[in-house]
Amino acid sequence: MISNDPRLDRRVAIRALLENRADLLLVTGLGSTTWDAASVADDEHNFYLWGAMGAAAMVGLGLAIARPDRRVLVVTGDGEMLMGLGSLATIGVQRPPNLAIAVFDNGHYGETGMQASHTADGVALIGIAQACGFKETFDITDELGLREFSGRIHDAATTVFARVAIRADEPPRALPPRDGVLLKNRFRRAIGAET
Amino acid sequence: MGDSSSIEALDWRDEIFAALKAAEIRQVGYVPDAGHARLIELCRDDPAIRAVPLTTEEEGVALLAGAWLGAQRGALLMQSSGVGNCLNMLSMTKTCRFPLIMLVTMRGEWAEFNPWQVPMGSKTQAALELCDVLVYRVERGEDAAETVAAALEIAFNGDLATAVLLSQRLIGAKRWVK
Repeated sequence: MISNDPRLDRRVAIRALLENRADLLLVTGLGSTTWDAASVADDEHNFYLWGAMGAAAMVGLGLAIARPDRRVLVVTGDGEMLMGLGSLATIGVQRPPNLAIAVFDNGHYGETGMQASHTADGVALIGIAQACGFKETFDITDELGLREFSGRIHDAATTVFARVAIRADEPPRALPPRDGVLLKNRFRRAIGAET
Repeated sequence: MGDSSSIEALDWRDEIFAALKAAEIRQVGYVPDAGHARLIELCRDDPAIRAVPLTTEEEGVALLAGAWLGAQRGALLMQSSGVGNCLNMLSMTKTCRFPLIMLVTMRGEWAEFNPWQVPMGSKTQAALELCDVLVYRVERGEDAAETVAAALEIAFNGDLATAVLLSQRLIGAKRWVK
């Protein structure tokens, strides 16, 4: 049954994006994408959002502007992105070259009981990103697409946006630290900022 | 004092900008606002500042959290109505103890023409304080820069959230032309 599903396994997807991550800085959104990142490995270069739904992409923008010498990846879910949809317009205007945004889209709100999200009813995040001025977008449904996008995270010359079609399942949770001050301070220390 | 025109060359908006520069502010998020128009223009014209127009003020709270993670300081410019848009985002500011400075032009108070501005304007300070944001209010132009400088000190030395409210009497009530 799973073999006929065109959607990707979310844990396969996160591993592909973080393979050879080098000094990539990662921001994850409230919910499952934070567990996904922690399932690969807790890393002091990860900043996990445990709240502030809708903030992930904008945290990535501020970070990317502040650190043009580093690559920044935001991984968040469709529900989290929908709550901050206006931020795609804001980022579409700025487009720092070192920022990549990947939205894991399962069409559902996984943390609240798998209710359908707007993307399940046809709202197309890729179309929204394109209309907001993103010059490079990826609609990813297979591992080939993941590999292509993974490369662009590290060498694109503009902000790249990917929608990654994933299955609506709930793999075991991997919980990273949730102390916000700890996450902030260790992140800043890791990139050489005073704490 | 002599020639008054040379004294007037630097008004309080320019002085606030100088305070932001002195504090090494590098990112400024803003939602377009008549009261902040001059300050926004100064920020946009400064090559050392990245001025980021926002679709809603809460984006700015997240933007500046990211800036601080990357070791840059930022400031957020908004109108009092925008404070209401920020409340849940301020939970991140508090939980992570991100420094934050919000410069808020007040609506819905002194000689307000539009009653729709009053509910948020009259509760702006209380809403901020409910979220543990330190609030400083400016009524006179000569106090503006000093107050902003003081708020910047507390925000970035103490990892605390601050807001400076610029009163509507100071800014001037919005003029409506038929």
